Amino acid sequence: MRIKEHPILELAEKPPIPFYFNGKKLYGIEGDTIASALHANGVKKLSESIHLKRPRGFYCAIGNCASCNMVVDGEPNVRTCITPLKEGMRVENQQGKGHIHAK
Amino acid sequence: MQNKEAIVIGGGPAGLTAAFELLQAGASVCLIDRNERLGGQLTKQTHMFFGSEKQYASHRGIDILEILTNALGKYGNKLEILTQTTVVGMYRDKVLACVKGDKFFKLKGEKIVFATGASEKALPFENNDLPGVYAAGAVQTLMNEYGIKPGEKVLMVGSGNIGLIVSYQLMQAGVEVVGLVEAADRIGGYLVHASKIKRLGVDILTKTSVKRAIGKESVEAAEIWDLDEQWQGIEGTERTLEVDTICVAVGLAPLTELLQQMGVKVQYVREFGGNVPVLDENYQTSVEGVYACGDLVNIEEASSAMVEGRIAGINAARSLGYDVENADFRIKALHHELKDLRGGPPGDKVRKGLKKLGVAT
Repeated sequence: MRIKEHPILELAEKPPIPFYFNGKKLYGIEGDTIASALHANGVKKLSESIHLKRPRGFYCAIGNCASCNMVVDGEPNVRTCITPLKEGMRVENQQGKGHIHAK
Repeated sequence: MQNKEAIVIGGGPAGLTAAFELLQAGASVCLIDRNERLGGQLTKQTHMFFGSEKQYASHRGIDILEILTNALGKYGNKLEILTQTTVVGMYRDKVLACVKGDKFFKLKGEKIVFATGASEKALPFENNDLPGVYAAGAVQTLMNEYGIKPGEKVLMVGSGNIGLIVSYQLMQAGVEVVGLVEAADRIGGYLVHASKIKRLGVDILTKTSVKRAIGKESVEAAEIWDLDEQWQGIEGTERTLEVDTICVAVGLAPLTELLQQMGVKVQYVREFGGNVPVLDENYQTSVEGVYACGDLVNIEEASSAMVEGRIAGINAARSLGYDVENADFRIKALHHELKDLRGGPPGDKVRKGLKKLGVAT
């Protein structure tokens, strides 16, 4: 889903960044946020609604709306749309409101 | 807690020009933004701006951002930039509660300029929470900042400038825009943008809206229908469009939460999508030493936000006791620029909103 040709943007090839999504190894590229890397991999569902467990993707992509909150390296409620992707990150779909204390 | 001379909250077009004017006058500035990069929405605006040369017309937003940040460069020692920092609380005595990563700290500003911008509104329809229903700005971010397509086939909802421009940018990225629906009886944005996408074969359907999104885990189709004179959907006019993305461009709402926490007087203005701070002619809020500018005070183009940022910045610098060269003349000229930007039929809504606030246009 990455744009290959564009009349204005310069889309230079960037080094890949490996990370884990629900335990599965995926690759983003340098400059990605967690949410953009997941979207480029075809992952649209990021979280679930708290009560009805409906699938949720990102909505605003600028850190406003909380629709993209996920568990990252054990920490819940990370705004994945504005959090830069780092090598080896463990990203998981969040269920419920998230637990502050590690299990 | 650290004391600062001037704090600017938000590093978009308004915040950047406000910071520049303060620095140029001689003040020290702490500029705070929650993103990794400064620029606000300029970071994804690949289209050329209108207006006049003074607001960098015929430059692309991404290039204007470079001009604005370069201008800050020479004030290195007086400018402190805190990125990836979110202001999570505001107290009445001008104390800010901030979070950066896992650190919490407080700052106090002698003068504070708010340039927090606005957030995109959602639209109520069945299944509007499905992944694949995205705000137009989010789609723009995904494409123009990260080089990723939101999907392959898109239904655009809303024909304001954002809806029109993002439709064009989707096509530039190689995405098919299946249609554009607009609930009103006419196109909301500039006709030059509308003509551009019409020429490329996109149908703009007025008095039409989205009835529901269809899909299980993400959007698989969209059902649209005609609206009657009371803006209600007409049974029997439904048709289904095969799309994987519904892009919602139905306006913005100012981000006034922080201002309201510190007791700033606000007023609901429908034309600006929600509460906006009540300002005096210096862009000062009801709290002395607290200024506001940009989309936070009225929803407009980035061109106006840049002008407002300058007015707020100059006034904040003057209230700190700095002698701003030609201040009265410059402020008068800036107000003229705003008047020009708000002229003509596209400025109807802005002028109507400002009138409710008692601002002369």
